[in-house]
Amino acid sequence: MTLWSRFRSWLRTTVRRSRMESDMDTELRFHIEAYAEDLVRKGLPRPEARRRARMEFGGIERAKEECREARGVTFLESLAQDIRFALRMLRKSPGFTAVAVLTIALGIGATTAIFSLVDATLLHPLPYPHPEELVRIDDDLPGTGATDAGISIPEFKDLQRSGIFQYVVLEIFGSANLTGVSQPSRMQYEGVSPAYFAMLGVKPELGQTFDPQDQTPGFTLDVVISDGLWKRAFGSDPHILGKSVRMDNDLYRVIGVMPPGFRDPGRTADERNTEQWAALNFSSANRSLRVPLETVGRLKPGLTVAAAQSQLDALVASLQKQFPDAYPADSKWTVRLVPLKETVVGNVRQSLILLLGAVALVLVIGCVNVANLLLARASVRSREMALRQAMGAARKRLVRQLLTESLLLSLLGGVAGLVILFCMKGFLLRLIPESLPRLNNLSINWTVMLFALAASLAAGVIFGLAPARQAGRLNLASTLREGRGSKGSKEQTRTRRVLVVTEFALSLVLMIAAGLLLHSFWDLLNVRLGFNPQHVMSVQLWLPSPNDPKTDIYGTAAQEAVFARELLRRSRLLPGVREAALGAEPSIPLQHDGNRSQLIVEGRETQSKQPPLVERSEVTPEYFHLLEIPVLRGRLFNEGDDEKAPLVAVINQAMAETYWRGENPLGKRLMLGRGRPGVGLRVRKTWITIVGVIADARTESLANATVPQIYLSLYQDTPKELAIFLRGDLNVGAIPQEVRAMVQSVNPELPVYGAKTLNDAVSASLEQRRFSMDIVAAFAITALLLAALGIYGVISYIVNERTHEIGIRLALGAQRGDVMRIVLRQGLSLAIAGVAVGLVGALIVSHLMAGLLYGVRPTDLLTFAGVAILLISVALLACYIPARRAMRVDPIVALRYE
Amino acid sequence: MNKPLDLLQGTLDMLILKAVSLGPLHGYGVLLRIQQISKDRLEIQQGSLYPALYRLEHQGWIASEWGESENNRKAKYYRLTAAGKRRLQTETDKWNRMSDVIAGILHTTPEEV
Repeated sequence: MTLWSRFRSWLRTTVRRSRMESDMDTELRFHIEAYAEDLVRKGLPRPEARRRARMEFGGIERAKEECREARGVTFLESLAQDIRFALRMLRKSPGFTAVAVLTIALGIGATTAIFSLVDATLLHPLPYPHPEELVRIDDDLPGTGATDAGISIPEFKDLQRSGIFQYVVLEIFGSANLTGVSQPSRMQYEGVSPAYFAMLGVKPELGQTFDPQDQTPGFTLDVVISDGLWKRAFGSDPHILGKSVRMDNDLYRVIGVMPPGFRDPGRTADERNTEQWAALNFSSANRSLRVPLETVGRLKPGLTVAAAQSQLDALVASLQKQFPDAYPADSKWTVRLVPLKETVVGNVRQSLILLLGAVALVLVIGCVNVANLLLARASVRSREMALRQAMGAARKRLVRQLLTESLLLSLLGGVAGLVILFCMKGFLLRLIPESLPRLNNLSINWTVMLFALAASLAAGVIFGLAPARQAGRLNLASTLREGRGSKGSKEQTRTRRVLVVTEFALSLVLMIAAGLLLHSFWDLLNVRLGFNPQHVMSVQLWLPSPNDPKTDIYGTAAQEAVFARELLRRSRLLPGVREAALGAEPSIPLQHDGNRSQLIVEGRETQSKQPPLVERSEVTPEYFHLLEIPVLRGRLFNEGDDEKAPLVAVINQAMAETYWRGENPLGKRLMLGRGRPGVGLRVRKTWITIVGVIADARTESLANATVPQIYLSLYQDTPKELAIFLRGDLNVGAIPQEVRAMVQSVNPELPVYGAKTLNDAVSASLEQRRFSMDIVAAFAITALLLAALGIYGVISYIVNERTHEIGIRLALGAQRGDVMRIVLRQGLSLAIAGVAVGLVGALIVSHLMAGLLYGVRPTDLLTFAGVAILLISVALLACYIPARRAMRVDPIVALRYE
Repeated sequence: MNKPLDLLQGTLDMLILKAVSLGPLHGYGVLLRIQQISKDRLEIQQGSLYPALYRLEHQGWIASEWGESENNRKAKYYRLTAAGKRRLQTETDKWNRMSDVIAGILHTTPEEV
């Protein structure tokens, strides 16, 4: 009964709120008037009676408030009331509102943008069901220094039978010519065990995928294609199923199309861009024969990676006992499970966390600035607050009112931030480097929206707390006595100073992070390359390698040399070209994913069954001269190094140092194992003689000067992925078309792609670094501006407050220069305090980000000192404006003003 | 005349229930009725009267309706509900027991201990 009546009363009052308000008004007014009447009857004059009646009643507002509370309507009711009031206040000062909302909007917008990136990469890296079960299986041979050494087929069968996995799948990546469509193009394909799609748990959009139980050896002739390829090459043909595609001269039948957004969880951008999948089964009984395949598996449900690893270790130990010949003890064979997520995002985690940290700092600095603005406004509104308290408003209510105002501001800012983000989405997406590992499309989904909401609320609380606390402590008597435009309390000034110091400290941290990244980047840009990328372009082409070797017209070195020489002859005739060279794809500086071959050095072959790996590529004789890489000892290749001559190699200084330290490498002999599929595919049982040593060039990595490299003569080998190098006064826009026409005049079936200048290749290799540096630098500049604005605000405020005092000082004969110095000193002390605190933070942060730096120590004095000086100078500049105003104070005006 | 006593914490609700049990009253009337019965020996904060009335109404012990006052003005009249009557009864009993106990304690002489 009481519950019901209580609810009814609550409902009534909530629904008919305005009616209740007016009822309450009427009732209270009736009381006061009736009392006043009685007092008049007792002989008091009417005005005096009214006054007494009001006074004896006490705080009317508080009584009303308590009545509302008694009704149990307070929370929602007063919230609505607070919001209405807050909106009115914000409308009344549009300038303040605009600045605050915009600051928050930028902060929230930027934070949300970075968060959506983090969400798509770090938080949801694998767009497959139960992603935590997916692992990459790497075989290591630590005894020989080889990691990810490939797997033998019997080992693969052991893994399938081990009971640890639901599925184990082998993968091999490659690229192939797609012909029989309008323009021959190159395309990434992947040979996979038939259980591949079942393991990832993704269904096709059209048709079917492979039967996981299929045991047909070799490549099946059925393929599954990506949605992208279906749209691009087949115009979304709805009758695609059953049609044929020609890949490297072989015919395949399309049996399925994957949905848009399906991507292979590969390690490199090329692997992730796979567009065609063919089923592949291997049969080999040789345990020692490791094939360069990727192994991926899905663990049995409920099995943790750690538990699976220990079961796997036991399996490895028993296999080693069972087959001692295949697993010599000195190679120390181990099998390692790596969560698939790690292999996809592993190397960008640090960069992304840095970005998120940086953007969060910007948001906090923005909040501090808004808090400062609110405090300034609070001092103007302190009289209003005091008055409302004097009339009986509870402090708790006032604090809540202020918090409502700041939350409203931050939510408006958050919404505006999201709107900005939506509008700039296309532009922002273009900033993200392709090499950033992500399988998901970036989207502003519910998680991201929720994050934006949470960030806005947090921001609102952060910047609303200081002013609200202040209002809660207002000294009524003094505030009311001081009158309009009163000074803020001492405490308020102190709070504002603390805020500015915080702001400076945070800005310094961000700026030092940006400075260190900039310094690293600068060092990398100015690194001695060891080759000359000026006026050089490279264009790629791909020779088909059909499954039937008899149909391969470039099957032997002699056949390919004829083609290569013809290509070079025609290349030199292109407009502007002065020099031309040919190389295998890995010879393109700073681009390839590595092509490492096993190295067997003569006289040392018995050391271990698992030889070390070196970077290898094949080039024509002109290559070194074209890139201006000097020879240090011996000779370079010449036209005579062809398939009839003995095999020769040129190595770099780093390789000579690694394998023949203190010896003369010239004349030494070696053998090379299998390289990447498609690149130097042949395994030779022939000795190769070293004929020359070239200087080290950073063609592998800008950051690493000494990667051992070996070059073979292209005329003695048959690489399939080729690059044409051209030097001269090239028309960058016309070259791709000219080279394509030239190549297709030799063989119209060959795709030509990837034309670029080597300068672009150099800067592209810095893409990810540049991305994080650009963003952190942009944030740092924003932070600097906000900090400058903050200190300007506080100093202006202090100058305003001290106008009277300055007037007196001037009247008493103080020099104007002194006045200026006093003000500047005040600003300087704030800035220095902020910098001092910030330096400590920056030292911590710089050590955390040490992995992202190149050639710069985390304690780089130049960066630290430079940034500190810059920040202090900006602070002085920001204080100069109010200081000049202080200097120009007219004592007469200042004194009369009071 | 003695200074009026401040109201004991929690007793205002009881006094209001008693006041309106004698007949419907408006808020000011409740104040006057209590002062009249107590012969001005109790001091009631006028501001605290209304929250108490609203609370009691919210709890369903009193009900209100608009009516005309003695001088023909619109006023809100409160009357006791059935639930309020029961409540007043239990409150009264509790108060009597409590005051007996307290009085007993306060009148205790050393001999009785």
